Amino acid sequence: MSSGRTGTTAAHSVVDATSAGRRIAAVVVIAYALITMIPLVWILLTSFKSPPDSIAYPPKVVFEPTLEGYVNLFTTRSRQTPEYIESLGPPKTWYDALVRKRNMVITGPSRFADRYMNSVVIGFGSTFLAVALGTLAAYGFSRFRVPLKDDLLFFILSTRMMPPIAVAIPIYLMYRTLGLSDTALGMIILYTAVNVSLAVWLLKGFIDEIPREYEEAAVVDGYSRLQAFWKIVLPQARAGIAATAIFCLIFAWNEYAFALLLTSGEAQTAPPFIPLIIGEGGLDWPAVAAGTTLFLLPIVIFTVLLRNQLLRGITFGAVRK
Amino acid sequence: MAEIRVENLHKSFGDFIAVRESSFTVRDGEFFVMLGPSGCGKTTTLRMIAGLELPTSGRILLDGEDVTFRRGAERDIAFVFQLFALYPHMNVRQNISFPLRIQRLPRREVRRRTEEVARLLRIDHLLDRPVGGLSSGDRQRVALGRAIVRRAKAFPMGEPQGALDAEFRELMCEELRLLHNRIGATTIYVTHDQIEAMSMADRICVMDRGEVLQVAPPIEIYERPATRFVAGFIGSPAMNFLPAQGRLAPGATEIRLNGATVPIPRLHAALDHPEAILGVRPEHIHIADDGPLRGSVYSVEYMGTRQLVTVDTGVGRLKVRAPNTVRVDDGDSVALAFDTRRLIVFDPASDLAVASAAFTETADG
Amino acid sequence: MAEVRLHDLTKRFAQTVAVSDLSLDIADGEFVVLLGPTGAGKTTTLRLVAGLEKPDSGRIEIAGHDVTALAPAERDVSFVFQQYSLYPHYTVYQNLAFPLRAPARRWATADIDRRVREVAALLRIESKLDNRATQLSGGEMQRVAIGRALVRTPAIYLMDEPLSSLDAKLREDLRIELKRIQRDLGATILFVTHDQIEAMTLADRIGVLSTGRLIQIGPPRTIYERPDNLYVARRLGSPQINVVAPDALPLADVPAGAHSAGIRPEDILLHCDDGIPAEVLSVEHLGVETVILLSLGETHLHTLLGSHPPLAPGSQVRIAVRPGAALFFDAAGNRIPSNLSEPTRETAYGT
Ligand SMILES: Nc1ncnc2c1ncn2[C@@H]1O[C@H](COP(=O)(O)OP(=O)(O)OP(=O)(O)O)[C@@H](O)[C@H]1O
Ligand SMILES: Nc1ncnc2c1ncn2[C@@H]1O[C@H](COP(=O)(O)OP(=O)(O)OP(=O)(O)O)[C@@H](O)[C@H]1O
Ligand SMILES: [Mg+2]
Ligand SMILES: [Mg+2]
Repeated sequence: MSSGRTGTTAAHSVVDATSAGRRIAAVVVIAYALITMIPLVWILLTSFKSPPDSIAYPPKVVFEPTLEGYVNLFTTRSRQTPEYIESLGPPKTWYDALVRKRNMVITGPSRFADRYMNSVVIGFGSTFLAVALGTLAAYGFSRFRVPLKDDLLFFILSTRMMPPIAVAIPIYLMYRTLGLSDTALGMIILYTAVNVSLAVWLLKGFIDEIPREYEEAAVVDGYSRLQAFWKIVLPQARAGIAATAIFCLIFAWNEYAFALLLTSGEAQTAPPFIPLIIGEGGLDWPAVAAGTTLFLLPIVIFTVLLRNQLLRGITFGAVRK
Repeated sequence: MAEIRVENLHKSFGDFIAVRESSFTVRDGEFFVMLGPSGCGKTTTLRMIAGLELPTSGRILLDGEDVTFRRGAERDIAFVFQLFALYPHMNVRQNISFPLRIQRLPRREVRRRTEEVARLLRIDHLLDRPVGGLSSGDRQRVALGRAIVRRAKAFPMGEPQGALDAEFRELMCEELRLLHNRIGATTIYVTHDQIEAMSMADRICVMDRGEVLQVAPPIEIYERPATRFVAGFIGSPAMNFLPAQGRLAPGATEIRLNGATVPIPRLHAALDHPEAILGVRPEHIHIADDGPLRGSVYSVEYMGTRQLVTVDTGVGRLKVRAPNTVRVDDGDSVALAFDTRRLIVFDPASDLAVASAAFTETADG
Repeated sequence: MAEVRLHDLTKRFAQTVAVSDLSLDIADGEFVVLLGPTGAGKTTTLRLVAGLEKPDSGRIEIAGHDVTALAPAERDVSFVFQQYSLYPHYTVYQNLAFPLRAPARRWATADIDRRVREVAALLRIESKLDNRATQLSGGEMQRVAIGRALVRTPAIYLMDEPLSSLDAKLREDLRIELKRIQRDLGATILFVTHDQIEAMTLADRIGVLSTGRLIQIGPPRTIYERPDNLYVARRLGSPQINVVAPDALPLADVPAGAHSAGIRPEDILLHCDDGIPAEVLSVEHLGVETVILLSLGETHLHTLLGSHPPLAPGSQVRIAVRPGAALFFDAAGNRIPSNLSEPTRETAYGT
């Protein structure tokens, strides 16, 4: 948003308009941030509520925090009579105690941990692959004379124009035949295929910005092209790679439709699983919220970790143009 | 148009001091050139004036108003960065009018001012051409146009960062100076090239190791350098510095160099130090049949029209610039005569020049 | 160190012929400077030698081996780029050490350290070794770029205007250093510049390029005093050589077919009693010397005098040309060799 809009246009008042504009912009940004944060904060709070608190009306903002949601998320439980619970002797762990207060006993772990691990393996695996392949392809497109370069680039991008779900049925059939249905490998391949086009395009832009002179200098200094790529291009493309990785991860991590269609057991990821967390007599909201919170965490951590890289990469090069 | 006052400007990067307590004033409408050896802090000073870098301490006043901590965009200063950064997808008109369009001036006003600037730079016939096919001189004018169309108060110009070739640089300098003559905008130009500085500047500011040593018009810097560094830095090949006998009284008109006596401009101040340094430029020494100093030729460097003769004498090795019509060879014994009015005595303790007639009279005769 | 031969090199970019039939032998330990206006193909020539461009035709030999088909890393050259490409993610030290860490060389860490510090001291950037390449002044960047070439002792050093952003004093010092390195190591150097003084003082031989062609190559003095044609005559010397009709001035021994005469400003003598009259148009003091513009009717001439000649615009002088100093060119601009011995420049006064 340009700040110039609020100011008058005479040469000298531009100065004032700018600072006033900045202040307004700051207020807008903060307000926007607050509004978008509310649902997230609400989910975080709900994950620490007890089931009755979570559905209380009017909604409770002040409540006694409990880890019940998280316990419910990771376990399966069955309802028992108080006598039976009594007969089991004193609870061995804090979570046993928590569950027994609701007349339940833990019968085993839930499948959430598995689903979560599936998400991690598939999400990060496909991100790594998409970025690795994308970087190499983008380097090739940026530096070499590729026949039909423009057409190829357009073709690669065009695979992204169609909503992926439009090819869901063919892929479903193909995967069944190939035995890739409901496997982590199948999902990694699928997400990589979808992401790699984005990765090539984004990274080509970044690599185009890195002057060739650096590689030429390295090559004259006695390095091979691949070594020059590794020592010179990669470090400078770090910012671009980080940004691309974040985009790819977000897609692979959040993807729902294919995950629902192609995975049911072994390779199911977290997104189709979370809504299935059903408690006694309806959805167990604190457990759902706990699942969602944990689900959000890796993306947040990943972004925060890469943020430094993102910023550090954006420095002026030392090439004279 | 504006006056820029820099007061005790200081900038350190970690424990390295890039600019040290510098003060100077750039007068309204002046073409001000910052000159100094590599790494002396010229670019850093300029970047602080342009608002691209914050000083560690000190103040910058633009027309009396303190702008030290204002962002670059709020300073009404058009920093001319890279003279060639044109937007390739825009035509000449769009390139020039770009800064006005971001200010959202009315269409008519944008049009009027763009055309005015184009006329000033004599590129009005190119306005609707794409920038791609322009000659490099025209491209440079377009870039200049984009800088001046804002009518900023001052134009700090970074060194044209491209490895411009010498011819082109010359052309660009000429263009800048002509433009300055026409619009009279306060301009600060940074260069390491003394020839460029001498030919363009109204006044030159000579810096060394972060410090401002002298601010004066080009001729004065050349003829009346305030310190030994300034004297040595301006002029190529550099001024010769000869050890001489000190303890000179005001009014002295002679100095002794290892036995030889050399007339000097009348001193106005005393030099108490037991030693003195006599500064003499290679172009103010003549190879003559007789003169106060004798020596033998160490080397002769051929430079086309001129030659540079290095002569070993009793007071050290010195360089003489002679026309190429003087034929001397390595090992020849020659006599050297000095152009008396141009000799400058320096105090070895402070490195400052000792006031003398050389500073009060013009040496032209 | 090695000798380098270029045989009939040609390189085109689409319509532009950047280098055209260029042949050049650089002897082992020789310092050759290429001089030419912008776009003359100087950079392209260096890039061809380095292997960064493939010639359309022609052959390159380094130390007797045909390297035309070899990759840059296999040619053992070092290159100071016109746009000095320092790696922004490395410090000055890492930039300087980079060529020595190349897999082909594998120097020991201690040797690298010693060499890097040596070169840094030579270029006066010791105190900047830990700066990132982006935290340098323009001149410091350029010195690091030179340093990156100097850490090695390759078959040939290729230098593309390496001194352009340095102040005069540093440039002069580095000129001397380069010359010294070349003598001490017997280094072979191919150097590109626009600066004629730099070319004159550094070169064993100067090659004058124009639109991709090597017009003339020879020792500085030969290039200056006996240019093959008008183009070369005009490229060197400041102020430029005066080019006049052969009959504009009384010149002795005008050869048949002379279309124009070239007279260097320093070869015009003023105050000759038997000279021809001329009017002073302008007097430009350049400190060391004075450039005087004279008019002889239609003809304008630049001439050069010492620091303070007693001349003002409008005054009348009598001039003559130093006997034998004029150069004559035919209609095509080629110099007609004088039938006397080549021009001599005897001393006006001196020892
Ligand atoms: N970001 C930085 N961090 C650390 N040191 C810096 C930084 N920027 C500049 N310097 C140092 O500050 C000093 C002054 O730099 P500056 O760019 O002002 O020099 P300059 O006078 O423009 O020199 P040149 O003629 O070589 O461009 C240099 O020694 C440089 O190494
Ligand atoms: N990669 C390229 N693609 C197309 N044309 C090129 C390319 N490189 C050089 N040229 C052209 O070849 C000619 C010679 O260029 P070159 O860079 O060798 O000139 P130069 O003598 O180094 O000039 P300068 O002094 O400006 O650096 C120029 O006309 C240039 O436009
Ligand atoms: Mg600088
Ligand atoms: Mg070039």
